[in-house]
Amino acid sequence: MPNFIDRRLNPKDKSLGNRQRFLKRAREELKRFIKDRVKTDRIADVDAGHAVPMPARGASEPTFQPARGSGDRQYVLPGNRDYMPGDRIDKPPTGGGSGSAAGKGLAEDDFQFLLSREEVLELFFEDLELPDMVKLSLKESVAFKPRRAGFATSGSPTNINVGRTMRNSYGRRIALQRPGRKTLEALEQEIGRLEAELNPDISQRQHLEALRAQLDMLERRRRRIPYVDPVDIRFNRFERQPLPNANAVMFCLMDVSSSMGEREKDLAKRFFVLLHLFLKRRYDRIDIVFIRHTDEAGEVDEETFFYSTQSGGTVVSTALEEMLRIIQERYPAKEWNIYAAQASDGDNASRDSERCASILTQELMRLCQYYAYVEIIDERETEIFGSTDNGTSLWRAYRTVDGEWPNFQMTRIARPSDIYPVFRKLFARQPTLQYRR
Amino acid sequence: MGKNAGSKLLFHSSDWNFRTLGHAYDAIEAIALDELGLDVYPNQLEIISSEQMLDAYSSVGMPLMYQHWSFGKRFVYEEHAYRKGHHGLAYELVINSNPCITYLMEENTMAMQTLVTAHAAFGHNHFFKNNYLFKQWTDAGAILGYMDFSKKYIAKCEERHGTSAVEAILDSAHALMDQGVFRYRRPPRLSSKKEQERARERLEYEEQTYSDLWRTLPRATGRPDPAEAERDALERKKVLNLPEENLLYFLEKNSLVLEPWQRELLRIVRVIAQYFYPQRQTKVMNEGCATFVHYTIINRLFDQGKISEGTILEMLHSHSSVVFQPHFDDPRYSGINPYALGFAMMQDIERICNQPTSEDRDWFPDIAGSGQWRETLLDAWANHRDESFILQYLSPALIRKFRLFQLTDQADNKYCEVASIHNEQGYGEIRKALARSYDVAANQQDIQVFDVDLLGDRRLRLEHRMKNGIVLEEASRDETLRHIRHLWGYEVSLAGVDAESGRVRYECSTG
Repeated sequence: MPNFIDRRLNPKDKSLGNRQRFLKRAREELKRFIKDRVKTDRIADVDAGHAVPMPARGASEPTFQPARGSGDRQYVLPGNRDYMPGDRIDKPPTGGGSGSAAGKGLAEDDFQFLLSREEVLELFFEDLELPDMVKLSLKESVAFKPRRAGFATSGSPTNINVGRTMRNSYGRRIALQRPGRKTLEALEQEIGRLEAELNPDISQRQHLEALRAQLDMLERRRRRIPYVDPVDIRFNRFERQPLPNANAVMFCLMDVSSSMGEREKDLAKRFFVLLHLFLKRRYDRIDIVFIRHTDEAGEVDEETFFYSTQSGGTVVSTALEEMLRIIQERYPAKEWNIYAAQASDGDNASRDSERCASILTQELMRLCQYYAYVEIIDERETEIFGSTDNGTSLWRAYRTVDGEWPNFQMTRIARPSDIYPVFRKLFARQPTLQYRR
Repeated sequence: MGKNAGSKLLFHSSDWNFRTLGHAYDAIEAIALDELGLDVYPNQLEIISSEQMLDAYSSVGMPLMYQHWSFGKRFVYEEHAYRKGHHGLAYELVINSNPCITYLMEENTMAMQTLVTAHAAFGHNHFFKNNYLFKQWTDAGAILGYMDFSKKYIAKCEERHGTSAVEAILDSAHALMDQGVFRYRRPPRLSSKKEQERARERLEYEEQTYSDLWRTLPRATGRPDPAEAERDALERKKVLNLPEENLLYFLEKNSLVLEPWQRELLRIVRVIAQYFYPQRQTKVMNEGCATFVHYTIINRLFDQGKISEGTILEMLHSHSSVVFQPHFDDPRYSGINPYALGFAMMQDIERICNQPTSEDRDWFPDIAGSGQWRETLLDAWANHRDESFILQYLSPALIRKFRLFQLTDQADNKYCEVASIHNEQGYGEIRKALARSYDVAANQQDIQVFDVDLLGDRRLRLEHRMKNGIVLEEASRDETLRHIRHLWGYEVSLAGVDAESGRVRYECSTG
């Protein structure tokens, strides 16, 4: 009989560490691939699992390998049907002729593996953040968050730490020898039994007296030593830990006027989908306000913002005014980090662009941490608007804002593949920005 | 035995349990040891699940393995293929150790467990214990202990020096794994105490008799004497024991930049490479031996009435799919199946011993008709590797059966030429060519440390002895050279020299 061992209950994931190391190693490659994928796919698909081909570069294992198609070789193959010595067989056009020479490395790289949704998003939004998240000018009025810091002898009743308190009380009762309930009950029983005796003799009577005295003494002792004494009581102590002001709100402003064609709207929506995903993933406490405008602006919910169709003329300033109104109503700039992203095709009612610029410079930019303007343009226009100074009326007006405010960014998108790079550019981590002012 | 007291069957249902596994093992052992005359390490059979089998796959089949991302990559690959159903998992996995560890998959039916026990615990086990390559190069008793040491050692290094530092060394070492084995000579033994003592005394003597005056003597000026330069080089090579085929060994001993722990990592990779080297040279024989053993044993079990007809049919079904050899133009073809070739050759040896034809008598006068097939096979298993085994035992009958033919592929031609087929003129050629294709040492790229001038620019000069004009794939060659440079610390150059003519065909270097 040999030695049988049942290993099935042994831990399974022996390779887990190796797999994680591999993913870490392949990270760069995977990231590049996912970005490529996003350029071509629908952006909303980012938010899903992805099959990714085995990354070859970051995870290659080079060795000295014979080059295919060099030198003289001999193969021995099975299954000859009608070949005679001297017969010539044409080589297949690409690569080596026979399967026996096929490299193992090739086959191994040629497969896909699945990344989970989390892994995809993690790779996707790596190194991005909202700039200037902490309001530096408001350092003194920061919010506080209570943090546990040991125990205290005083405090409010809601903070009593029962466990601590009872432990102290128990220790004190032992130390002071407070008689327990059981001891008293036993004594009382004994007394009761003796009292029930019809003809007690002298010794029994004396014993009864003694017991009564003892009971009396114990009861007095018990009264004097309380079960829980104020000295026992402990409270949870909290320290007020200053919290950086991290309330943030993102205003998404989208032009849905009739000048925005299907293509433009699609591009703008894709941009906002990306922004939305990014914010939802990175910041658990962030408000997002969706505003869309034609010649009038209105706050809408997420669903309407992304999926509903509406059309009309264009007055961009209405959106800015709506934003201003909402800020005054709900998001006092003292407490909130305010961000905004605006997408438009740049067409605007005459003289409204100047008005937009003046709203921005005089009011909004004072309130906003960061304002990103994305202009959706025609692909043909990319050449015409090669230099940044040319452009639509809105673009030209915003150029003046751009010059004045460092936290104002503007950029153009002409095709779906621009979206992600532009997005990255707008939200790339900027370590210096925090110390700017 | 089971509910059916009258029957001699080892088991009745297809479910296994440890009792039936034990009965089957005993019955197999009796046949293997007494009838086939096998000689095996004590067996240890371990039941594992499919996940654990995947784990074992990705750590090159060792129960203990250090951590490295490349194993993760292999795991992801294997898992993907398994989940998609591209290929199933092996029924077993066997480790050349003492005791010999065999993994059995829990999903196997009892019939499969019996087959696998015969195949791995006796077939492979016997081969590991008796084949001269394994005997010479591997230490079955020590490998598990060594793997335990290496795993712990590398984990400790990661703790102390950081994962990435350890990974960098292992990456480079893995790139040289194929060049990290001694093919032709035994690894140099550690010098004995006496010799070390003598070296120390000599050094002391030199220190005592050192005179600074000698340094002030003017050096020979002008052109160095070519003869002298050559003598220097020769001297140098002799000291460093050059040329050296084992690059990992050379770097471990002579690298100018590695720390002791890094040298130890190289050593670990080198030891593992050396441990697996015999397996690569005996694929056909090892699998052939195991397949022949299980085939013989299940037939004997059936003859003894110990397994039912249904069971042996299940076993034969599995057996025949294992030894299936598709033809070269079949989409399933992926090289010659070592199971098929090995098994067929061993069956053929049995046939030649028992019922030789006149052709066999011409080709194998020493064994044809001897009736000593057991002894012949035991001898072959013990004393051959794939190359020599095929060269000696591949019979014309088998060449006809496999319909083998030989193709000549010259890089300059747009066609391959059929050099020989399975006819009278071709047998010898095909046998030689097939044997050569199993010569691992000849097929691997022969890259050796040729020279290094430690006092000069410290450039490490490698030489690639090209056979049949086969060059190296450039991208991976340059990357591998960079790995060597990383381990060596200074520039590395590689020269491709034609093995026949001795002419230099190409040169490249890292700097």
